[in-house]
Amino acid sequence: MLEINNLQAGVEGRNILKGINLTVNAGEVHAIMGPNGSGKSTLAHVLAGREGYDISADQVSYEGHDLLELSPEERVREGFFLAFQYPIEIPGVNTTYFLRTAVNAVRAHHGKEELDAVDFLKLMRAKIELLELDESLLKRSVNEGFSGGEKKRAEILQMALLDPKFAVLDETDSGLDIDALKIVANGVNQLRREDNAQLVITHYQRLLDYIVPDYVHVLYDGRIVKSGPKELALELEEKGYDWITEEQTV
Amino acid sequence: MVASTRNDAVDRLLAALPVGDTEGSARFAELGFPAQCDEDWRFTSVKPITELNFIAAEADPNVSLDGCMFAEIDGPKLVFVNGHFSKTLSAVSDLPEGVEVRNLSDGKCPVLGNGSDAFGALNVATFTDGPFISVAANVKLEIPVRVYYLSSGSEGATANVRGYIRVGAGGQLTVLECWEGANTGYFNNSVTELHAGDNARVEHVKFQDEHTGAFHVSALHTTMSRDACVAHHSIALGGRIARNNLRAHLNGTGIETVLNGLYLPRTGQLIDHHMVVDHAQPHSDSHEYFNGILDGDARAVFHGRIHVRKGAAKTDAKQTNKNLLLSDKATVDTKPQLEIYADDVKCTHGATIGQMNAEQIFYLRARGLDEETARRLIMHAFAGEIIERIQCITAREELDRLVWDRLEETSA
Repeated sequence: MLEINNLQAGVEGRNILKGINLTVNAGEVHAIMGPNGSGKSTLAHVLAGREGYDISADQVSYEGHDLLELSPEERVREGFFLAFQYPIEIPGVNTTYFLRTAVNAVRAHHGKEELDAVDFLKLMRAKIELLELDESLLKRSVNEGFSGGEKKRAEILQMALLDPKFAVLDETDSGLDIDALKIVANGVNQLRREDNAQLVITHYQRLLDYIVPDYVHVLYDGRIVKSGPKELALELEEKGYDWITEEQTV
Repeated sequence: MVASTRNDAVDRLLAALPVGDTEGSARFAELGFPAQCDEDWRFTSVKPITELNFIAAEADPNVSLDGCMFAEIDGPKLVFVNGHFSKTLSAVSDLPEGVEVRNLSDGKCPVLGNGSDAFGALNVATFTDGPFISVAANVKLEIPVRVYYLSSGSEGATANVRGYIRVGAGGQLTVLECWEGANTGYFNNSVTELHAGDNARVEHVKFQDEHTGAFHVSALHTTMSRDACVAHHSIALGGRIARNNLRAHLNGTGIETVLNGLYLPRTGQLIDHHMVVDHAQPHSDSHEYFNGILDGDARAVFHGRIHVRKGAAKTDAKQTNKNLLLSDKATVDTKPQLEIYADDVKCTHGATIGQMNAEQIFYLRARGLDEETARRLIMHAFAGEIIERIQCITAREELDRLVWDRLEETSA
């Protein structure tokens, strides 16, 4: 589904990603863990198509496309999704209107009829229950005045509505208490299927108790320095990242 | 040299227009057109106005209301064409008891203020006519009163109009004012007085869509008594130079007033809002919200003075001015000014001038919206913040659609 070979990215002459190799197949959940500053969020942003990076790669192929050639919106329409670490507030843009515009942009791309306000509301009601979100939030401006937890749940609501093939969750656990974390993880797990995949980026092992990955990768200084089964996350929790970084310097 | 050109313009203007009040004309001659060394006109030069070949705008029976804003709304309407009352286009029948809607020159003229500045004095001296709207105490007029100012003149055609609105204690009124014109180079100068009695509720919407080559100077002097609630909305789209002098006098306690404005100038236009909010008594609130979206080499000015007099304790005065620049050539001058002579008051002001927020655009694109749709959505939201405050639903919806269409035409 996603194949990354030797992805490098930098900002203003400073290299952040120094050769990422990663293959994710349909039906898999991969976790990327790493200390602060290792390049986790840069990886998420580069995959989503954020501007401002100098990027080179031997290959980043996604579902038969050269991902880097696609605009951010084309990536989304082809089933790519990024749940933001820090969702952006957009005062004055009504959440329901925004979500319907987003869903219809994706539907139009696939030649499907646009949903009218009534059909969209039905779809949305079903999804907000899943995330235990207060319906009144949907009448407000996008993310404006939402609590940290509400913002993260709203991200997963968007994911549920857009029904992506490949979702990247960038530190979705940060700032969540344990109850909110369970709700978010439950939402993500219900979206897990044989024909889609998820890439979960996190600093802490805690999230991986609830979203159980098939593979864990450790990102350090712009490279994936260790990969393994889900037990690797527990090992990291126990020993900390120093263990990896020491191994690197040796 | 500059001064003599300005004096010459004063003479030519007073020679071209019929003068009804010689005190006013003497005051105008004494004051002359404002220069930019005058602090209140620092950012706006009226030189293009002084260069006009002034002629008195004439009545024109060939003008119609077709395609004008608020046309679908029922209720009374007063129509002025080139400053002259059009009886055929107006409709003032079936008014409830206690409501008077007519043109000012048809009946007793109330005592009018002197207009304070040069343009005010010019208006006092030369106004032709204007709306007179009166709502008696405790009369609540649910249906809005529409006032149209239509211009069909061109180069130098000058009209001075004078409006008078009063709402008695406990009364309620909505006024929708609409300015539209067909040609370049005409000049409208208006003064409107709005008097709100104790506990009166007034909403005044001014939709200004003059020709982008026309000149528009208008003043709204509002006086408010105890517990009055007055909202003024200025939706300013047109004019080569459009200057709005808003003067709010909070003369009682418990007043709530909102000055709410949206301006969307494009290349070649300058839109200026100049406010003085005067808190004379304690426990009153005033909120100013002005958003602007500027395209091309457009210019905008926001000058907001809040004056809190001695003894006006517990005043709550807020002022925000936000500007979105769509082009590197657009310019905004924003000048908040607080003069506070009382203790225990809350006064805040803030101004922002910025380009489209890249983070917001990326976020919307990361949800499948193309870049242009994302930009338009953000622009529309920016304008929507202001339009949302209009209480009159039919006017709000119509303005919302129109502003959306106008933003569609901008260079996004």
